[in-house]
Amino acid sequence: MSILVDEKTRVVVQGITGNEGMFHTRQMVEYGTKVVAGVTPGKGGQRIDEIPVFNTVTAAVKETGANASAIFVPPAFAADAIMEAADSGISLIVCLTEGIPTLDMVMVRDYLRKRGTRLIGPNTPGIISPGKCKIGVMAGYIHRAGSVGIISRSGTLTYEVVDQLTKRGIGQSTCVGIGGDQIIGLNYIDLLELFEGDPDTEAVIMIGEIGGTAEEEAARFIEKGVTKPVVAFVAGLTAPPGRRMGHAGAIIAGGKGTANEKMAALEKAGVRVVRNPALVGEEMALILAGSKK
Amino acid sequence: MKIHEYQAKEVLKGYGVPVPRGRVAGDSEEARKIAEEIGTKPIVVKAQIHAGGRGKGGGVRVVTSPEEAERAAKEILGMTLVTHQTGPKGRVVRKVLIEEGVQIQREFYVGVVIDRSKACPVVMASAEGGVEIEKVAEESPEKIVKEWVDPSTGFRPFQANKIGYGLGLDPGQVGKMRGILIGLYRVFQEKDCLLAEINPLVLTQAGDFIALDAKMNLDDNGLFRHKEMAALRDLNEEAPLEIEASRYNLNYIKLDGNVGCMVNGAGLAMATMDIIKVVGAQPANFLDVGGGATVEMVKNGFKILMSDPDVKVVFINIFGGILRCDTLAKGVTEAVREVNVKVPIVVRLEGTNVEEGRRILNESGLNFAVAIGMKEGAEKVVAALRK
Repeated sequence: MSILVDEKTRVVVQGITGNEGMFHTRQMVEYGTKVVAGVTPGKGGQRIDEIPVFNTVTAAVKETGANASAIFVPPAFAADAIMEAADSGISLIVCLTEGIPTLDMVMVRDYLRKRGTRLIGPNTPGIISPGKCKIGVMAGYIHRAGSVGIISRSGTLTYEVVDQLTKRGIGQSTCVGIGGDQIIGLNYIDLLELFEGDPDTEAVIMIGEIGGTAEEEAARFIEKGVTKPVVAFVAGLTAPPGRRMGHAGAIIAGGKGTANEKMAALEKAGVRVVRNPALVGEEMALILAGSKK
Repeated sequence: MKIHEYQAKEVLKGYGVPVPRGRVAGDSEEARKIAEEIGTKPIVVKAQIHAGGRGKGGGVRVVTSPEEAERAAKEILGMTLVTHQTGPKGRVVRKVLIEEGVQIQREFYVGVVIDRSKACPVVMASAEGGVEIEKVAEESPEKIVKEWVDPSTGFRPFQANKIGYGLGLDPGQVGKMRGILIGLYRVFQEKDCLLAEINPLVLTQAGDFIALDAKMNLDDNGLFRHKEMAALRDLNEEAPLEIEASRYNLNYIKLDGNVGCMVNGAGLAMATMDIIKVVGAQPANFLDVGGGATVEMVKNGFKILMSDPDVKVVFINIFGGILRCDTLAKGVTEAVREVNVKVPIVVRLEGTNVEEGRRILNESGLNFAVAIGMKEGAEKVVAALRK
C-alpha cells in the first residue's frame, strides 16, 4: 500500500550529528523507520543512540545495507552530499535542506540522471508511507494508512491536507513532498506514474503552487496516462507577480506560472480543482464515496 | 536579488562584454562632470531603479551637452517613476547613469535563464531587441533562437554560432556576438544568476556590438559565495517592512488588503491568503514565520504586522505538527502583551497538545478568537472585520 518507501527501507542519515539531523533521526526511529546508519565526515566510529556513524556514505552502505538516504546537511554542502549518496549506490535520496543554490541543483540533476538515482526534494518535508516508513520532518501522528496518494510542493500545507483527510477517516498510501525549489528531483509526473501503478492507491491529491509549469505538464500527463481520480489545489491565487513567495520556486515570472493558468490546465485534464484549501479533504471524500457506489 | 543596470554593466564589462562609456551619478553636478569626461555627443541620462519600462515613464533622456545632462539629471533625480513594473506607487529615483550615446543599426535581445522543466540553463536570443522577451515569446515565438546548455560541458562556442547564424548575422558579426554570448553565460554561471540579459544588444553603425541595457537577477541561495554581489543590494528598492522582516529571517511581502496573516510555511501562507479572498476579505501581507514557527519568530512576526497601519485583524494560522501547541500558545500570548497588539486576533493552531494550547489562549483574557480548522478561522476573520 505504498510507493518508494515501506517497512523494508533502510535509511542512512547524512548530517546525523547536527541538531536537525539528530532531532529528526530520533523522530523517525520513534515512528518506526529503520534508520541503520548515520554519516558525518570526521565523526565515523561514534554512535547516535544505537545508530553507528560513518565518515562516508560508501562505508555506511557497505556495513549496514542502507538503500535510502535522508540529507540534513547545510545548503553549501548539500549538493555534494546528494552526489555522494548517488555515488554510493543509494537508490532513493531525500534531501530536506532548504537554500541550495539553483545552479548546484542543475549539476546534481545531471549527475543523478546519468546514474538513474531518484531524488526527492530538496526543500521538502520528505516522504511518508503511513505506518511503515517516514523519511522527513513531518509529524507522523497526523497520518493514517490508507489509499490516497499525495504529491505536494509544500510542507505545512501538505500537513493541512493530510489532517483534513485523516479527520474524515481517509488514510494515505504515500505522501511525497517534491520540494519548493526551482530545480527538484522527482516531479508530479514521476509520482503520478508510480501512484497509477500502485494497486493500493485509489486516488491522488496534487498540491501545487505558483511558479514554473510543472502543474501544466502534469495536466498533460494526466490526460493521457492517469485513470485514477485526481484532486488538486494550487496555492497562490492572491500572490503578486514577480515576487518570490517564500519558496525559491514560487514566483510568477514574466506573467507566467499563475495559479489560474495551472488550475485551468488541470481542469481541462479532468482533475477536480478545489479553490478553497479547507475543502480538499471534503472533495476527496466525495470522490471516494462516488467511486464505491 | 535584483541589481541596477549600472551594476550589471560593470559586471558584464569585467567579462569582456562591451558597454557604453559612462558612470553612475547621485547628484546633477556629478552628472555634468561625467558627461564632460565622456566628451562626445549625444549623452544619455538614465534613471536607475529596479524596474523596466523606464524610457516610457520619462526616466531616460538623450541630451547633447554636459549642461543639458546636468539639467536632465536634476529633473530625473528625486522623481517618482511609474512604469508597468513598479506598480501605481512608483519608485523614487536616487541615481542616474550617464553614458555615451550609441548610433544604432540594429537591436537584439540576448539572455540566459534557468529552464525549470529541463533543469538546465537556456541561452536565448531574438532579433526583436528592446522588446520584452515574454512579449516576443507570446506574439512571435519563431523569432526566438534557443540553445539549452549541457551542465557537464557548459555553453559551447558552436552553440553561440548556431544562435548568431539563427539570427541571420553574417560571419563577421557572428564572431563578435559569440564573445558576448560566452561572456554573458559566464556571468550567469559564475555569479549564480537566475537571469542575465542584455536588451537591447545593439549593433552599431560602425558594426560593433554593445550592451545598451542589462539586467541581472541573482539567486539568493547563491549569495553566500558572492560577497561582492551581495554588497550590491540596494535597500532603497525594498519596502521598509520587508527589510525589517528580512533582518528577522522572516519571509514577508506587503499586499493591499487589511487582514494581517501570520503562517508557518510558504505553501500554507499562500493558501491562507487565498482562503481569505475566498471568504470575501483581502490579505494585508504574506508572512511565513518558518515551518518550525518558534516563539521568537512569532514575536517578530507580530512586530512586523503591527507596524502596518492597514492591518485591522490578524489571522494566525499555524499547523505545528511536531511543534507543541501549548508552548506556542504561551509564546503568542506573551508576544501579544509585549508588542501591545490592539486589533482582534483569530488563532488557528494545530499540532501536539492542541487542546492545552487552545485553553491557554481562551483563558488569557486577550482579544483572541480561537478557531478550529482553517475554514472556521477564515470565517471568524470576516466576522471580526464586520464588528
